[in-house]
Amino acid sequence: MAIKKFMFVNRKAPYGSVYALESLEVVLISAAFDQDVSLAFLDDGVYQITKNQDTTGIGQKNFSAAYKALGDYEINKLYVEKESLEERGLTIADLMPLMWEDEDDDYQEKSSIYLVNRAEMADIMATQEVVISF
Amino acid sequence: MALEVNGVAVELDEEGYLMELEDWTPEVAKTFAAEDDIELSEEHWDIINFLREYYEEYQIAPAVRVLTKAVGKRLGKEKGNSKYLYSLFPFGPGKQACKYAGLPKPTGCV
Repeated sequence: MAIKKFMFVNRKAPYGSVYALESLEVVLISAAFDQDVSLAFLDDGVYQITKNQDTTGIGQKNFSAAYKALGDYEINKLYVEKESLEERGLTIADLMPLMWEDEDDDYQEKSSIYLVNRAEMADIMATQEVVISF
Repeated sequence: MALEVNGVAVELDEEGYLMELEDWTPEVAKTFAAEDDIELSEEHWDIINFLREYYEEYQIAPAVRVLTKAVGKRLGKEKGNSKYLYSLFPFGPGKQACKYAGLPKPTGCV
Protein backbone atom coordinates (compact mmCIF):
# COMPACT_ATOMS: atom_id res chain seq x y z
CA MET A 1 0.00 0.00 0.00
CA ALA A 2 1.36 3.40 -0.97
CA ILE A 3 2.06 5.71 1.92
CA LYS A 4 0.00 8.86 1.88
CA LYS A 5 0.25 12.00 3.93
CA PHE A 6 -2.80 12.15 6.18
CA MET A 7 -3.65 15.10 8.37
CA PHE A 8 -6.39 15.02 10.98
CA VAL A 9 -7.59 18.53 11.79
CA ASN A 10 -9.04 19.07 15.26
CA ARG A 11 -11.07 22.25 15.78
CA LYS A 12 -13.46 21.41 18.60
CA ALA A 13 -13.22 21.39 22.39
CA PRO A 14 -12.62 17.92 23.87
CA TYR A 15 -15.96 17.61 25.63
CA GLY A 16 -19.48 18.75 24.76
CA SER A 17 -19.39 16.99 21.42
CA VAL A 18 -18.05 13.66 20.28
CA TYR A 19 -15.67 15.08 17.65
CA ALA A 20 -12.42 15.02 19.64
CA LEU A 21 -12.83 11.46 20.88
CA GLU A 22 -13.93 10.21 17.46
CA SER A 23 -10.93 11.90 15.88
CA LEU A 24 -8.57 10.30 18.39
CA GLU A 25 -10.03 6.86 17.69
CA VAL A 26 -9.67 7.29 13.93
CA VAL A 27 -6.11 8.53 14.39
CA LEU A 28 -5.19 5.48 16.48
CA ILE A 29 -6.78 3.17 13.93
CA SER A 30 -4.98 4.93 11.07
CA ALA A 31 -1.66 4.15 12.75
CA ALA A 32 -2.25 0.47 11.99
CA PHE A 33 -2.01 1.20 8.26
CA ASP A 34 1.53 2.60 8.32
CA GLN A 35 0.61 5.95 6.81
CA ASP A 36 2.32 9.29 7.30
CA VAL A 37 -0.05 10.74 9.88
CA SER A 38 -0.01 14.20 11.39
CA LEU A 39 -2.47 16.09 13.56
CA ALA A 40 -3.42 19.75 13.57
CA PHE A 41 -4.92 21.52 16.57
CA LEU A 42 -6.59 24.83 15.96
CA ASP A 43 -9.48 26.95 17.22
CA ASP A 44 -11.02 25.27 20.32
CA GLY A 45 -9.22 22.08 19.26
CA VAL A 46 -6.17 23.29 21.18
CA TYR A 47 -8.07 22.55 24.40
CA GLN A 48 -7.89 18.82 23.53
CA ILE A 49 -4.25 18.66 24.57
CA THR A 50 -4.27 21.04 27.54
CA LYS A 51 -2.87 19.88 30.88
CA ASN A 52 -4.86 19.03 33.99
CA GLN A 53 -8.19 18.29 32.36
CA ASP A 54 -10.82 17.43 34.94
CA THR A 55 -14.11 15.92 33.84
CA THR A 56 -15.55 15.06 37.24
CA GLY A 57 -18.12 17.86 36.97
CA ILE A 58 -19.56 16.67 33.66
CA GLY A 59 -19.55 12.94 34.32
CA GLN A 60 -17.57 12.06 31.20
CA LYS A 61 -14.44 10.00 30.83
CA ASN A 62 -11.28 12.09 30.76
CA PHE A 63 -9.49 10.67 27.73
CA SER A 64 -6.70 13.23 27.59
CA ALA A 65 -4.09 10.69 28.77
CA ALA A 66 -4.58 8.83 25.51
CA TYR A 67 -2.83 11.64 23.59
CA LYS A 68 0.32 10.66 25.49
CA ALA A 69 0.16 7.26 23.79
CA LEU A 70 0.37 8.77 20.29
CA GLY A 71 4.18 8.58 20.42
CA ASP A 72 3.93 4.80 20.94
CA TYR A 73 1.85 4.68 17.77
CA GLU A 74 4.58 6.57 15.91
CA ILE A 75 2.34 9.59 15.52
CA ASN A 76 4.74 12.38 16.37
CA LYS A 77 3.79 15.38 14.28
CA LEU A 78 1.29 17.43 16.22
CA TYR A 79 0.96 20.93 14.78
CA VAL A 80 -0.55 23.49 17.13
CA GLU A 81 -1.61 26.86 15.81
CA LYS A 82 0.00 29.71 17.69
CA GLU A 83 -2.81 32.21 17.08
CA SER A 84 -5.43 29.77 18.38
CA LEU A 85 -3.50 29.44 21.63
CA GLU A 86 -3.03 33.20 21.96
CA GLU A 87 -6.69 33.98 21.27
CA ARG A 88 -7.56 31.75 24.22
CA GLY A 89 -4.91 33.14 26.56
CA LEU A 90 -2.93 29.90 26.39
CA THR A 91 0.74 29.19 25.83
CA ILE A 92 2.61 26.02 25.00
CA ALA A 93 3.21 25.62 28.75
CA ASP A 94 -0.53 24.96 29.16
CA LEU A 95 -0.28 21.92 26.90
CA MET A 96 0.60 18.38 27.98
CA PRO A 97 4.18 17.46 27.15
CA LEU A 98 3.58 14.97 24.35
CA MET A 99 6.71 13.02 23.55
CA TRP A 100 7.96 10.22 21.34
CA GLU A 101 11.06 8.06 21.54
CA ASP A 102 13.47 8.18 18.62
CA GLU A 103 14.69 4.61 18.10
CA ASP A 104 17.33 5.83 15.67
CA ASP A 105 18.74 8.24 18.22
CA ASP A 106 19.29 6.04 21.30
CA TYR A 107 15.60 6.21 22.29
CA GLN A 108 15.83 9.89 23.09
CA GLU A 109 12.55 11.46 24.11
CA LYS A 110 11.58 14.23 21.72
CA SER A 111 8.61 16.53 21.68
CA SER A 112 5.85 15.77 19.18
CA ILE A 113 4.42 19.28 19.42
CA TYR A 114 5.25 21.86 16.77
CA LEU A 115 4.04 25.38 17.36
CA VAL A 116 3.27 26.98 13.99
CA ASN A 117 1.61 30.21 12.95
CA ARG A 118 -1.49 30.42 10.78
CA ALA A 119 0.42 30.89 7.51
CA GLU A 120 2.75 27.96 8.28
CA MET A 121 -0.26 25.79 9.15
CA ALA A 122 -1.80 26.60 5.77
CA ASP A 123 1.43 25.59 4.04
CA ILE A 124 1.62 22.30 5.96
CA MET A 125 -2.00 21.54 5.07
CA ALA A 126 -1.30 22.26 1.42
CA THR A 127 1.34 19.50 1.34
CA GLN A 128 -1.11 16.82 2.59
CA GLU A 129 -2.73 14.24 0.35
CA VAL A 130 -5.66 13.60 2.65
CA VAL A 131 -7.06 16.12 5.15
CA ILE A 132 -9.81 14.95 7.48
CA SER A 133 -11.56 17.54 9.62
CA PHE A 134 -13.18 16.97 12.98
CA MET B 1 -23.99 -11.44 28.95
CA ALA B 2 -22.35 -12.24 32.24
CA LEU B 3 -19.39 -14.17 33.55
CA GLU B 4 -19.78 -16.16 36.76
CA VAL B 5 -16.80 -15.68 39.06
CA ASN B 6 -16.99 -17.56 42.36
CA GLY B 7 -20.76 -17.44 42.22
CA VAL B 8 -20.97 -13.72 41.44
CA ALA B 9 -22.15 -12.57 38.02
CA VAL B 10 -19.90 -10.02 36.31
CA GLU B 11 -21.44 -8.04 33.49
CA LEU B 12 -19.94 -8.36 29.99
CA ASP B 13 -20.51 -6.42 26.79
CA GLU B 14 -21.83 -8.08 23.62
CA GLU B 15 -18.32 -9.15 22.63
CA GLY B 16 -17.52 -10.71 25.98
CA TYR B 17 -15.34 -7.95 27.45
CA LEU B 18 -15.90 -6.59 30.94
CA MET B 19 -18.50 -3.84 31.06
CA GLU B 20 -16.88 -2.13 34.06
CA LEU B 21 -13.14 -2.04 34.55
CA GLU B 22 -13.70 -1.90 38.31
CA ASP B 23 -15.27 -5.37 38.26
CA TRP B 24 -11.89 -6.91 37.52
CA THR B 25 -10.09 -9.18 39.96
CA PRO B 26 -7.39 -11.76 39.26
CA GLU B 27 -10.19 -14.32 39.56
CA VAL B 28 -11.88 -12.75 36.54
CA ALA B 29 -8.75 -13.33 34.46
CA LYS B 30 -8.54 -16.94 35.67
CA THR B 31 -12.20 -17.55 34.84
CA PHE B 32 -11.82 -16.12 31.32
CA ALA B 33 -8.71 -18.26 30.82
CA ALA B 34 -10.44 -21.39 32.07
CA GLU B 35 -13.16 -20.85 29.45
CA ASP B 36 -10.40 -20.97 26.82
CA ASP B 37 -8.78 -24.03 28.48
CA ILE B 38 -5.74 -21.99 29.47
CA GLU B 39 -4.02 -22.05 32.82
CA LEU B 40 -2.39 -18.71 33.51
CA SER B 41 1.36 -18.82 34.00
CA GLU B 42 3.64 -16.15 35.33
CA GLU B 43 4.34 -15.14 31.72
CA HIS B 44 0.63 -14.61 31.13
CA TRP B 45 0.39 -12.47 34.25
CA ASP B 46 3.32 -10.33 33.11
CA ILE B 47 1.35 -9.36 30.02
CA ILE B 48 -1.97 -8.98 31.85
CA ASN B 49 -0.40 -6.74 34.49
CA PHE B 50 1.42 -4.77 31.85
CA LEU B 51 -1.85 -4.14 30.00
CA ARG B 52 -3.60 -3.01 33.17
CA GLU B 53 -0.79 -0.55 33.89
CA TYR B 54 -0.84 0.70 30.32
CA TYR B 55 -4.58 1.31 30.51
CA GLU B 56 -4.25 3.00 33.86
CA GLU B 57 -1.71 5.40 32.39
CA TYR B 58 -3.12 6.05 28.92
CA GLN B 59 -6.82 5.14 29.22
CA ILE B 60 -6.64 3.05 26.08
CA ALA B 61 -5.94 -0.58 25.28
CA PRO B 62 -2.81 -0.60 23.10
CA ALA B 63 -2.81 -1.94 19.56
CA VAL B 64 -0.90 -5.21 19.12
CA ARG B 65 2.02 -3.48 17.43
CA VAL B 66 2.34 -1.03 20.33
CA LEU B 67 1.97 -3.83 22.87
CA THR B 68 4.68 -5.88 21.19
CA LYS B 69 7.13 -3.02 21.17
CA ALA B 70 6.39 -2.01 24.75
CA VAL B 71 6.68 -5.60 26.03
CA GLY B 72 10.07 -5.91 24.36
CA LYS B 73 11.23 -2.80 26.09
CA ARG B 74 9.80 -3.67 29.48
CA LEU B 75 10.17 -7.46 29.70
CA GLY B 76 13.11 -8.09 27.40
CA LYS B 77 13.74 -8.25 23.66
CA GLU B 78 13.10 -12.00 23.42
CA LYS B 79 9.49 -11.35 24.51
CA GLY B 80 8.85 -8.37 22.28
CA ASN B 81 7.62 -10.29 19.27
CA SER B 82 4.27 -11.54 18.12
CA LYS B 83 5.39 -15.18 18.07
CA TYR B 84 5.97 -15.09 21.82
CA LEU B 85 2.75 -13.21 22.52
CA TYR B 86 0.72 -15.56 20.32
CA SER B 87 2.24 -18.56 22.11
CA LEU B 88 0.71 -17.20 25.32
CA PHE B 89 -2.50 -15.87 23.80
CA PRO B 90 -3.32 -17.96 20.74
CA PHE B 91 -6.54 -16.03 20.02
CA GLY B 92 -4.58 -12.84 19.55
CA PRO B 93 -2.61 -10.96 22.19
CA GLY B 94 -4.65 -7.80 21.68
CA LYS B 95 -8.07 -9.31 21.98
CA GLN B 96 -7.48 -12.19 24.35
CA ALA B 97 -5.01 -10.57 26.75
CA CYS B 98 -7.07 -7.38 26.95
CA LYS B 99 -10.14 -9.43 27.74
CA TYR B 100 -8.37 -11.29 30.55
CA ALA B 101 -7.04 -7.97 31.85
CA GLY B 102 -10.57 -6.56 32.02
CA LEU B 103 -9.88 -3.90 29.39
CA PRO B 104 -12.17 -2.99 26.52
CA LYS B 105 -11.37 -4.37 23.08
CA PRO B 106 -8.36 -2.50 21.67
CA THR B 107 -9.16 0.43 19.43
CA GLY B 108 -8.70 -0.58 15.83
CA CYS B 109 -9.20 -4.28 16.50
CA VAL B 110 -11.91 -5.81 14.33
